[in-house]
Amino acid sequence: MTHFDAAAAAVQAALDAGARYADARVAHRRYESMTARNGEIEELSQDEDAGVGVRALVGGSWGFYAVPDLSTAAVRAAGAQAARIALAGSRVPGPSAGLIPAETAVASWASPCAADPLAVPLSDKGDLLVSATKLIRDAGADQAEGLYQIWDTSKWLVSSEGHRIDQRIRECGAGISATAIGDGETQRRSYPSYRGQYGTRGWELVDELDLLAHAGRIAEQARALLTAPPCPAGQTTLILGGEQLALQIHESVGHAIELDRILGWEAAFAGTSWLDLSRLGSLRYGSDLMNITIDPTIEGALGSFGYDDEGTPATARDAVREGRWVGVLAGRDSAAVAGLDYAGSVRADGWARLPMVRMTNVGLEPGPHTLEEIIDATADGVFMETNRSWSIDDKRLNFQFGCEIGYEVRNGRLGRMLRNPTYTGIGPLFWRSMDMLSGEITAWGTPNCGKGQPGQIGHTGHPAAPARFTDVRVGVRA
Amino acid sequence: MSPELELASRVVELVRATAGPAAQAEVLVSHAVRALTRFANSAIHQNVADASTVVRLRLHLDGRTAAGSTTLTSADGLRGAVDRTIAAARLCPPDPGWPGLAPPQAPAGSGHWDSTTAHACPQDRAERVREFVDAARGLETAGFCRTLHWAAAVANSAGHEVHGRTSEAAMGAIARMDGADGVARLASGRLADIDGAALGALAAGKARAGADPVELPPGRYEVVLEPNAVADVLQNLSMYGFNGRAYAERCSFVEPGAEQFDRAVTLVDDALAPGCPGLPFDAEGTSKLPLVLVDAGVTEAVAYDRRWAGQTGAAPTGHAVGSPLGPLATNLRLAAVGPRAAQPDAGPGPDAGPAADPAAAPLLAGVERGLLVSDLWYTRVLDPKSLVVTGLTRNGVWLIEHGEVVRAVRNLRFTQSYPQAFGPGAVRAIGADAALLPDGWGTASWWSAPAVRLAAWNFTGGASG
Repeated sequence: MTHFDAAAAAVQAALDAGARYADARVAHRRYESMTARNGEIEELSQDEDAGVGVRALVGGSWGFYAVPDLSTAAVRAAGAQAARIALAGSRVPGPSAGLIPAETAVASWASPCAADPLAVPLSDKGDLLVSATKLIRDAGADQAEGLYQIWDTSKWLVSSEGHRIDQRIRECGAGISATAIGDGETQRRSYPSYRGQYGTRGWELVDELDLLAHAGRIAEQARALLTAPPCPAGQTTLILGGEQLALQIHESVGHAIELDRILGWEAAFAGTSWLDLSRLGSLRYGSDLMNITIDPTIEGALGSFGYDDEGTPATARDAVREGRWVGVLAGRDSAAVAGLDYAGSVRADGWARLPMVRMTNVGLEPGPHTLEEIIDATADGVFMETNRSWSIDDKRLNFQFGCEIGYEVRNGRLGRMLRNPTYTGIGPLFWRSMDMLSGEITAWGTPNCGKGQPGQIGHTGHPAAPARFTDVRVGVRA
Repeated sequence: MSPELELASRVVELVRATAGPAAQAEVLVSHAVRALTRFANSAIHQNVADASTVVRLRLHLDGRTAAGSTTLTSADGLRGAVDRTIAAARLCPPDPGWPGLAPPQAPAGSGHWDSTTAHACPQDRAERVREFVDAARGLETAGFCRTLHWAAAVANSAGHEVHGRTSEAAMGAIARMDGADGVARLASGRLADIDGAALGALAAGKARAGADPVELPPGRYEVVLEPNAVADVLQNLSMYGFNGRAYAERCSFVEPGAEQFDRAVTLVDDALAPGCPGLPFDAEGTSKLPLVLVDAGVTEAVAYDRRWAGQTGAAPTGHAVGSPLGPLATNLRLAAVGPRAAQPDAGPGPDAGPAADPAAAPLLAGVERGLLVSDLWYTRVLDPKSLVVTGLTRNGVWLIEHGEVVRAVRNLRFTQSYPQAFGPGAVRAIGADAALLPDGWGTASWWSAPAVRLAAWNFTGGASG
């Protein structure tokens, strides 16, 4: 039995058990990660999982059941069980909105990959991390860490509407960090970000990062931070590096525009959203420089795919256009409830989890400036880069973020290094204060976005560039 | 012999046959049936279950270490995992920090397991959701009810074999009214202990008492943290403080032998507490005995797996979790020692208000002016060594004056060192009634937390601006 046959059998079993719609995803995933600490390999793990997850809609209730067994009997039992679970939901029923119409797709898609990351010799990958962490230690750090991660996922989707889609998505990335330990505190510097940069690409992404070239610098900066003056407290002009702006987008835009949150489906856990659907198309989210797209078609970005896990083809869409909120991340069921006519942002963390609304690539379009021009135009402010901590309220309004390093900006130049830089604000007020944006875009990858119950880890992409914000509160501390 | 132990032993034999007798192999087999019924807008909207078996192999061969896992338990699947892991070990750089395998040792217990919970059906969970929704009497509700059956075994080539099983049931949900949320959560080893109606009434009472909140200026306030808020503190102390890796790398505040906490604070990790979910061994097969981390304010111990125990010359404590996070205490109990509620067995009425939680109510009496905090949210560490954390309040904050709750307050952001908040002289009271609270991942982790009254908590801003 092929994987398509297994998925089709599961779907048919769910229909036979009373479902009015069903889909099934067979998935096979290989994962490899290696960590090195202080010049030695700490852990190498190679994991493999495979199974089928079946989603059944009975009346207005969903049921989902997953098993790792792809035999005919097992997948048919899984389909029937998904329908039975859905039926139990009728004890506490909700509105029966169904799904928005979708064009049936029969297709195959694969992410681009020049150098298969699982085929690169382990000894080469290990040597890279060992060398990088040795260099970090030699340059003065107390702790050095290096990490790479690789995912190779194949999946086969069949739906009762006729979808039949297979995809292979290869993702990888790497990063290094240096920690200096002082009296009562630690300081960390990472490259290119803490736990690395990731994309839907092959090992060429890691080669391009050139970890060894940055090892000495981050060690020296971590050591220097221990004696740097603390970031002053007050209101000031804030310049953010692109990696930190990617995090800012993820937390204060990406999650806020998830339609399931807006509809209250995540109210008890991940939270809701400050956004109100009645203001979609009219709400002022940010300044005119703010153009945010939802775009899973960006080649090589971590949130890219050919089709989402409901079979909707990848399509670019505006989320914010010239500062105005115009789009959401949606699935076929949430779009039906909201009265919208588009979906395409539903994904699952493997075969054993229910597909749900997730970010794809949510990021900024390029601005007209460069980082150099932004600093040059700033008389008094603070520059911060590389995320260290992130916290935001359950409506995605009030945030406080910390960065690994900061610098004074005086009269168009970077000044003293600052330690423990933090900033805080309210999402739309912050975005409305963005008055300069660089065109130096990088599609940053976030491979650790948690959401849902049971918990799911999502992989998202965030094109971002350095930008400037005015009148921001910085230097919050205990 | 359990099916999991039979499978683990089979993989050990496969390694021995393939890589020779010198190979050190450790196999963890974990079979879990996880089921979760989720509701929002007072209706079940996500209703899921999965049943899976994961085989995890860790191998040390010729001084080199590799690990791998698979869900493919056919002969071919297991053979593939073994071959892949052996090949990886041969290609890896040397691992001088390899701590060796867990030696044969007596099991610490069998683990709490309840057949009814392990075999609960979707209707059982839906019924508790129905009860919660009904008890909220028209308020909007959202949350989950879950059950877990978890059977596991570890076998290694040093001759150690151990197996066990456990069950877990948990419910956590909110009731909402005019933008105010009230929360109730509970974990247990038995689904029969999960009373949806009682939890719904508690959450609804709190939501109703959250109406018309006022904004307070930031600053240091005396606080009464309810059990859900205390659970967040315990989780962060475990992750960043009592984590053997963080301690060995000097990134933790912990100093064994030092009086780092208030004398009212005693912290014990106890996976086998009566009636609680938990397996009697860790991911390496080391027995999980109760571990006193803090005794009357004095730091006594750190949680270790084999690798980090070896690095520091300590003995492993049974806290390997099989992840890069390092060894973790995941069944942590803050001893409940303080004043008991006047009527601890009386469940909350539907309009019982913010002090309805019997774990917190007795602690309000001495507070001249302070805040009652239900829950903490999105807490993140600014510096792991000082364990300065920022986050927000959630699901209810109230102003206390002259020992009584006087009105609801809008959510606040805080930036606070957790060890400092619980430091010597900082804890004014600890409640007598602890709640068993679930973790977010359904891994039989839990936090046993009473309410706590603290001298000060540093609020750094209002959530609205």
